[in-house]
Amino acid sequence: MKLKVLYFARLRERLGMAEEVVELPDGMGMVAMLLDVLRARGGAWAEELAAGKNFRVAVNQDMAGMEAPIEDGDEVAIFPPVTGG
Amino acid sequence: MKILVDDKDFDVGAEIAALRAGNPHIGAVASFVGLVRDTNAGSDVASMTLEHYPAMTQRALEAIVAEAGQRWTLLDVTVIHRVGELQPSDQIVLVAVASSHRADAFSACKFIMDYLKTQAPFWKKEQTPEGARWVEQRATDEQAAARWSE
Repeated sequence: MKLKVLYFARLRERLGMAEEVVELPDGMGMVAMLLDVLRARGGAWAEELAAGKNFRVAVNQDMAGMEAPIEDGDEVAIFPPVTGG
Repeated sequence: MKILVDDKDFDVGAEIAALRAGNPHIGAVASFVGLVRDTNAGSDVASMTLEHYPAMTQRALEAIVAEAGQRWTLLDVTVIHRVGELQPSDQIVLVAVASSHRADAFSACKFIMDYLKTQAPFWKKEQTPEGARWVEQRATDEQAAARWSE
């Protein structure tokens, strides 16, 4: 399945990209599994998305937890804690 | 309800006038305006850039206002949040809440700001004499939002 993955703010800069299409094997239908695939790239990916790091995930524009389901065509955004207001 | 994300400035007086226009049930309006400070975390701030997640911002703000509407009796709400480059003293955000009595307006205004600070996808980047840096979320912001679910 294919996901559109977006990165914002400090993570966008550290990872060097704003968006990409990530292809996952069928059956990897959870946010945590996408993160495992991204971490496996090593470098800044492994560092910034490490388990203890403070970041947020949204699936189809709603805040989501690590166990949230993901499906083909979903938009997944990964970003630092928000600082508006 | 008016929710607007824009790079343009807003006129607080005009927004409050529009919020309460034509509704004689309104007995109270509480508002909050957030401004760019010229110092943060020990550094001078020359300017600030607000980034956001356009596809998500509007619906996140709508969800926060809807949640406030569940908790208090509100007659109307305006939320305006700016994006792009801002200078010290510029207005960043307006939350204005209209209700029949002041308690609902005060509480909902604070709730909306507290949730906006932790749920709405905006990020600030400051220009300082030491270079550009992303603003970190404060633990006190998380605590302020968490208090509403106690």
